[in-house]
Amino acid sequence: MPLSYFLGLSAIMFTIGVLGVILRWNALVIFMSLELMFNAANLIFVTYASYYQVLTGQIFVFFIMAVAAAEVAVGLALMVAIFRTKRSVDIDQVSSLKG
Amino acid sequence: MPVIGTIFYVFLAVVAIGSALGMLLNRSPIYSALFLVLNFATVAVLYLALGAPFIALTQITVYAGAIMVLFLFVITLLGAEKLPGYDPIKGHRQTALVFALIFVVEVVLFFVFRNQTVGPVPLIGPDFGGPKNLGVTMFTEYLLPIEVVAFILLSATVGAIMLTKPERKVSTRLSQQKD
Repeated sequence: MPLSYFLGLSAIMFTIGVLGVILRWNALVIFMSLELMFNAANLIFVTYASYYQVLTGQIFVFFIMAVAAAEVAVGLALMVAIFRTKRSVDIDQVSSLKG
Repeated sequence: MPVIGTIFYVFLAVVAIGSALGMLLNRSPIYSALFLVLNFATVAVLYLALGAPFIALTQITVYAGAIMVLFLFVITLLGAEKLPGYDPIKGHRQTALVFALIFVVEVVLFFVFRNQTVGPVPLIGPDFGGPKNLGVTMFTEYLLPIEVVAFILLSATVGAIMLTKPERKVSTRLSQQKD
């Protein structure tokens, strides 16, 4: 399969992730869009790992997955903490840091 | 490339993009999360096709398993699926679509104007990205990053526990000081 297939698929998935971050107001869906963008980047890493036959790309994907798991744990904990005070996960309600 | 292979890859691309769009466009966060699980599974199949079986299975267990279950748990815990969606800012969607279009055009221009010949991705056996090769490289050449990642995961767990702990003690202490 040509390399451009994987690059194009990854670009489209990344664009959909960007659109999700821009368009949606639900903070949970924004988090999911971030995961989608992580996934698009991971696909590029694995593609080039097998294109150049170097294992480093796959190891980097493993690290990205571990850090994404940590990020999701902290992010969802933040979301729960914000929901306790604001009673909402709408980012427009959360935007007022002045309290 | 035989026809059946082309059909396979086109089908995977359609499912991946369709599920990503479903995640983006669905009103309910629960359906969004389920669409995202489908997307992760599809990308895992692509990893298998690219000769990365270990990464594919890690994708299924960590992403589609652990992370998305955490998402679904938080969605149901907060009851966020009942919140109404609305557009507070006028022209927001149009601006976002224009920016996304610019991004796509940039990607297309990159494909058109790069002067570099690109061959197809070579077919490689399952031993290349298998657990043995990956583990040997990970625990010899990348031992320090593995330890750092372990520490990051530990601190994230502790941080998540600290963040979700109820803060009643502090508020009562403050109110007592006021009195």
